[in-house]
Amino acid sequence: MKQLDTLRETMRRDEVFSFVKPDANIQPITDRGVILSLEGVNKSFDGFKAINDLNMAIDAGELRCIIGPNGAGKTTMMDIITGKTVPDTGRVRFGQTMNLLGMSEPEIAQAGIGRKFQKPTVFEALTVAENLELAMQGDKSVWSTFRAKLSGSQQDYLGEVLETIGLQDGAKGRSGSLSHGQKQWLEIGMLLMQRPHVLLVDEPAAGMTHQEMDKTTELLTSLAGDHTVVVVEHDMDFVRSIAQRVTVLHQGHVLAEGSMDDVQQDQRVIEVYLGE
Amino acid sequence: MFRMLRGDYGGQILIALVVLACAIVPYLNLYVPPSSPFHLSTFTVTLLGKYLTYALLALSVDLVWGYLGILSLGHGAFFALGGYAMGMYLMHQIGDRGVYGNPDLPDFMVFLNWDQIPWFWQGFDMFWFAMIMVMFVPGVLAYVFGWLAFRSRVTGVYLSIITQALTYALLLAFFRNEMGFGGNNGLTDFKDILGFNLQSDETRIGLFVASGIALILGYLSCRAIVASRLGRVAVAIRDSEDRVRFIGYRVDKVKLAIFTFSAVLAGIAGALYVPQVGIINPGEFSPLNSIELVVWVAVGGRGTLYGAALGAILVNYAKTYLTGALPEVWLFALGGLFVFVTLYMPKGIVGLMRRRQKEIGA
Amino acid sequence: MRPTSIAIRHWVFAFILSLIAGFSTAVHADEAIFQGGIENLLAKSFNDKTQGAQQIAESGDDRAEQILKALLDRQLFSTKSDKTLVFFDKDTDATQAKQVVSGEILPVTDVKSLQRIRTNNKMRGVIKRLIANIQLSNPDPVKRLAAVKEIMGKVTSDQIDAVKTLSESEPNAEVKREMETLVQLSELQSSDEDVVKAAIIGLKGNMNQQVRPKLEDLLTSESAEIAASAKTTLEAINKKVTWYGHLETLFFGLSLGSVLVLAAIGLAITFGVMGVINMAHGELIMIGAYTTYTIQHYIMPNYPGVSLILSIPAAFVVAGLVGIIIEKTVIRHLYGRPLETLLATFGISLILQQAVRSIFSPLNRSVETPEWMSGSIQINEVLSLTLNRLYVIAFCLVVFAALFIVLKKTSLGLQVRAVSQNRGMARAMGVKASKVDAMTFGLGAGIAGIAGVALSQLTNVGPNLGQSYIIDSFMVVVFGGVGNLWGTLISGFSLGIANKFMEPYAGAVLAKILVLVFIILFIQKRPRGLFPQKGRAADS
Repeated sequence: MKQLDTLRETMRRDEVFSFVKPDANIQPITDRGVILSLEGVNKSFDGFKAINDLNMAIDAGELRCIIGPNGAGKTTMMDIITGKTVPDTGRVRFGQTMNLLGMSEPEIAQAGIGRKFQKPTVFEALTVAENLELAMQGDKSVWSTFRAKLSGSQQDYLGEVLETIGLQDGAKGRSGSLSHGQKQWLEIGMLLMQRPHVLLVDEPAAGMTHQEMDKTTELLTSLAGDHTVVVVEHDMDFVRSIAQRVTVLHQGHVLAEGSMDDVQQDQRVIEVYLGE
Repeated sequence: MFRMLRGDYGGQILIALVVLACAIVPYLNLYVPPSSPFHLSTFTVTLLGKYLTYALLALSVDLVWGYLGILSLGHGAFFALGGYAMGMYLMHQIGDRGVYGNPDLPDFMVFLNWDQIPWFWQGFDMFWFAMIMVMFVPGVLAYVFGWLAFRSRVTGVYLSIITQALTYALLLAFFRNEMGFGGNNGLTDFKDILGFNLQSDETRIGLFVASGIALILGYLSCRAIVASRLGRVAVAIRDSEDRVRFIGYRVDKVKLAIFTFSAVLAGIAGALYVPQVGIINPGEFSPLNSIELVVWVAVGGRGTLYGAALGAILVNYAKTYLTGALPEVWLFALGGLFVFVTLYMPKGIVGLMRRRQKEIGA
Repeated sequence: MRPTSIAIRHWVFAFILSLIAGFSTAVHADEAIFQGGIENLLAKSFNDKTQGAQQIAESGDDRAEQILKALLDRQLFSTKSDKTLVFFDKDTDATQAKQVVSGEILPVTDVKSLQRIRTNNKMRGVIKRLIANIQLSNPDPVKRLAAVKEIMGKVTSDQIDAVKTLSESEPNAEVKREMETLVQLSELQSSDEDVVKAAIIGLKGNMNQQVRPKLEDLLTSESAEIAASAKTTLEAINKKVTWYGHLETLFFGLSLGSVLVLAAIGLAITFGVMGVINMAHGELIMIGAYTTYTIQHYIMPNYPGVSLILSIPAAFVVAGLVGIIIEKTVIRHLYGRPLETLLATFGISLILQQAVRSIFSPLNRSVETPEWMSGSIQINEVLSLTLNRLYVIAFCLVVFAALFIVLKKTSLGLQVRAVSQNRGMARAMGVKASKVDAMTFGLGAGIAGIAGVALSQLTNVGPNLGQSYIIDSFMVVVFGGVGNLWGTLISGFSLGIANKFMEPYAGAVLAKILVLVFIILFIQKRPRGLFPQKGRAADS
């Protein structure tokens, strides 16, 4: 039977042979419709199901918040999208055509998905400006990296980002000596330098003062529209202040999805968060 | 060309010193009469030349360890391979002046009753070919090894241990007579290079200057990498490899490129080393050698390049002195140096000097 | 042994002798014949002497074997004065001549007063067989076995029937089998094809050294049937020999594997459980070996066995203490910096090596092997297991089991595992992490010391002993999967076996290189070894 299936697949008349097909992973369509979709994704670690039949679709230009209790699979989901973890089953697509499974982390990053980590990991031995320079969008092959010089427009953009994240004064200082909050900002700056289509932001508000949090809210809201922003966050006030749509994850599965108010009314969500 | 040295005072001083040495040493050796106290014996010249090749080797280690975070315990292997490639050329140059007087076969092959030269010895009678091999062989080995290791993300101590296993395997292999590299005894009894007698003072001086030039060029090329954006990517990889992947760099390719380049540098150092010491044998592959050269870098100060060169020269000077004066003490001293540097001088001599400068400045 | 069987055997024995000697009647042990033989030995002609030897053998006299042996060894003399036969007993005292007949000691004042009884080659051949025949009926089965082996392949056709009869009443299975082999071997040369065929079938599965060449000769036999039958039997035997050869290789592999496991298991603790790269591990093994040497050589030089057993705890304590000192002075300050730890411990290894060189000497020392550890167990003709290897395998398993119990069942083990899994949490629960680190390191070091005791029995003890094992040990740990004791055990054994199986084809050095290359490639494929630590924690 299996051979028959293979044969049928090979002889399909509505498609050309797979080896003459153009590489589907050329350029995703990123200006409209669904930009990021997960279908039936499963991942288990030694029997522990971290992700359990996860289905989610994120539209282009959306600002989506993902919340959920500890161990809900938020970080694992991020890992799967960015190529760090390979799921057991399921599909992850970027735009309409690009299959993210089987792509390496740098390939995914180059395709236009940027990620900010929960724990800020900036390159401490480098200066703030150098950190941003490394993250900058462009040809990242070995030879061109070796030959790379900042062009005038690149320098301007770098300056802009420095201003946005409020680090223009310390640009030449080592990033290792920044405070925790500043490192968060630097990470966001690095994300901006990549000019990604999709920004995956893991707990941006952690360790920030209220003023900083307001600024972050402002920044993320302003980014949405041109970019797609996915935020994982614990801080409910923060989520309420930015969210258009909220997805609640529980045990690796989507529990509820909708506006913040809808979600808060949802009986199952209340149970998960408050216990029975 | 010297733009990359801007702000690199240590590098400027190093290059100035090497240039100075390349000017003064030949003069002191060739033109100052032996009776004068300023005369430099040919023995000393050769010793200094050897130190320069060690300095180049240390540069290659610092490039991968100090900037890329790969602690290679197998760089001695690349050094030795470069040395063997040079040795094969020099063996061909002996011609019929060997003990057995065979014009085609090196002595050890006659001794093993081989009737013709093995295929992998072909072409080494041509200097240009041998010089390409000096870079090609270590480069290819590093490329293949690195391609396998970096692609599957072998890092940290695992990587260190398998680089050590690599050089250990080569050590065992080169001890075998069947390998065709002279077995236990290696390659020796060299007569001349490019038609110049290896024993003559002029040739020695020539090799010394060549080593000096190689060190300067090696330093400049390392510095070019380090000062470029690629160098900053390397440092980023050293500190947080995963993060670099997420901003879109192919970490494995960056590592592979720098690692291979570093192996080529080590090979060149080996090729300059062999004609000066007059022998290459499997002992150069010993894991101890590779790990010892890591200590040169640690003593000088890793991640500075010129510190590595400084460390190589200082430690080897101490080694020459101690093994001559107090042979019993040398291993104690070397062992103690390992412990002391890692515990109390993590940034090496350069680190100490920088701190000193800051204190004075403050 | 039952007396009746002895009687029968004597009778049969006499019967053989009669055949050999050409006598048609059976004879009892008889003093007269013995004396006649002695007379004949004194004669001039070799024929007479041969007959004399045969008579002596035939007499069944207890002294016969001794005399014939002396004759063979050219130690039999006659005194010139009164023609008394005397011989020198090499076993007791070569300066004293013994009278053959009376057994009295005859003081030899002048060697010239003696005349050697001369023999020729033909005669010596006969004498050898006579001696063997006497021994064939010796009550000691060990002697009988030796006798059968002595005449194997050298018997004449007329002896065969006698041996055949003898074999039927032989009580010892091993001797019996040998006798049958002997008979069958000579039957192979028979002109009767049926006899040959029967013999070939009888030799099936016989791994005696003599069998295979004889069968090979038959491959070119004129009779196609015999050739075919010989071929089948030969192939079957060869298969069996190869199989036992593999068993032997497996045994060698297991013993090498045990050495590897012993050397690596301490490392599995320090590297696997604590994440500390201890390059001085090999030198801790060396310290264990030198402890053994010191105890055996300086403290109790005359008791190799006892001192070896005492060395085990002593080596554990000495190496363990050195380990704790290393941990407290150096490693403690380098936690979380594995590459620096690697360099510092390498420095320590150099210091320890040089210390041993200065204290003992740069030369290799050898440690005595106690008697109960030397020798071997002979399983069959092609397979024998040397005792010291067997002991090493057993020792390795015991050490492994003990360590396993310590880690799984004792409170120290619990603390060690707790600290290795979550340092912060363990400390919060009141575990003194720094003390546990020191103890863990000491435990790993102590086991390295014990490995040194075992190694001292297999190789020479020298300053480079440790160095030669450190890379192998790392390979074992990394191959097995860091942090997994079972992985270390299995990986050690499989690497040992792989090494030994490759050796015949590739040579010892190349085999080792191949194993190294294999591991280098393997780590690329599975960076966490055969049995990786599982779970999400291991991912990060």
